[in-house]
Amino acid sequence: MKRLRDFIVRIWTAIRRPAVHFSLGFLTLGGFLGGIAFWGGFNTLLELTNTEKFCIACHEMRDNVYQELTQTVHFTNRSGVRATCPDCHVPHEWTDKIARKMQASKEVWGHLFGTISTRQKFLDHRLKLAKHEWARLKANDSLECRNCHSEIAMDFSRQTPRAAAIHNRYLVRGEKTCIDCHKGIAHQLPNMTGIEPGWQAPPDLRGVRPDRQSRLDPHPSVPANLVNGPARR
Amino acid sequence: MRSQNRTRLNSLRRAKLGLLGLASGALLFAGIAAAQDKLGKSPRLTGPSPATENIPAPPLARPVTDDIRKMRNYPEQPPVIPHSIAGYQLSLNTNRCLECHRRQFTEASGAPMISVTHFMDRDFQILSDVAPRRYFCLQCHVPQMNTAPLVKNNFIDMTKIGKGRR
Repeated sequence: MKRLRDFIVRIWTAIRRPAVHFSLGFLTLGGFLGGIAFWGGFNTLLELTNTEKFCIACHEMRDNVYQELTQTVHFTNRSGVRATCPDCHVPHEWTDKIARKMQASKEVWGHLFGTISTRQKFLDHRLKLAKHEWARLKANDSLECRNCHSEIAMDFSRQTPRAAAIHNRYLVRGEKTCIDCHKGIAHQLPNMTGIEPGWQAPPDLRGVRPDRQSRLDPHPSVPANLVNGPARR
Repeated sequence: MRSQNRTRLNSLRRAKLGLLGLASGALLFAGIAAAQDKLGKSPRLTGPSPATENIPAPPLARPVTDDIRKMRNYPEQPPVIPHSIAGYQLSLNTNRCLECHRRQFTEASGAPMISVTHFMDRDFQILSDVAPRRYFCLQCHVPQMNTAPLVKNNFIDMTKIGKGRR
């Protein structure tokens, strides 16, 4: 314990003492250039792990989820825009990205210990893995979907009337988010027994008129007996 | 016993049989030729002719997506699907059709409920959910495409039969 304290004290005094042999110019400029090199290298490596090529370097991803992606509209479509793995599974904002990358260290563990090393193991874990992604996208309000799709840019008059009505009712009012309804758009779904579709009203609102189903809290000045009004009876 | 019989066939009977075989063979050949002639005249429904040829696939037709229920041509006709089902997953794991058309979800989705017959198993027992034999919707219900029919259709609505209109 004493040796450790001595060590820390020695480091601290060395840092505090002004440099004897190096000039101030060398130290500041060197530190600046070193910082650039470190930061550039770090970000380059980080971005390297943010490519589809990196993702499907592991057979778990290449043989299961990637094969499924190739059959969907996010892989080939008439306008030729393609979404790769990190487009949907890694946030684009730097802080969120770092947080996600730290979470992803669990995936390295899973790879090393073969958690989903066979097709059968993958299928057994599929529901659990899918639920993780649904929860993540639900929590960040489908951030990765919205990197490309935004309701502001949606022309509802060019959607089918059914889609436009549903988007108007749930998406624009902020009651639901993309992942609530659009599950399994890029991969095959797990066994969905017991998982209700996104537009199903929560249990306490069933039987309530749709236009009164808003979950948004009413203004405090609204008397409690008027909240959700007569239709609630 | 049978083998004994066969060996005892006399030469006369054998000759008779041979003639009969020849005659029937000729008849069969003529029949096949006639059938082939007919087959050649009827239009091929799919694929190139001759069948081994490679031809480019025609572009996919656009699905009808107007959400307007089509009248059934006869009462038992499975209703057709008036919307696109591109990318819908229908497997043992999940059934995208039932996410709207299942009884419990129709209130929120506004979609028509699956028919009452779909709750019945093959012994006419009513189940609480879709019967397994009705699970794969696309066996009977199909989306519609804006495309010309492959062959001419002479179907007459049964209410118009015998009324002098054709």
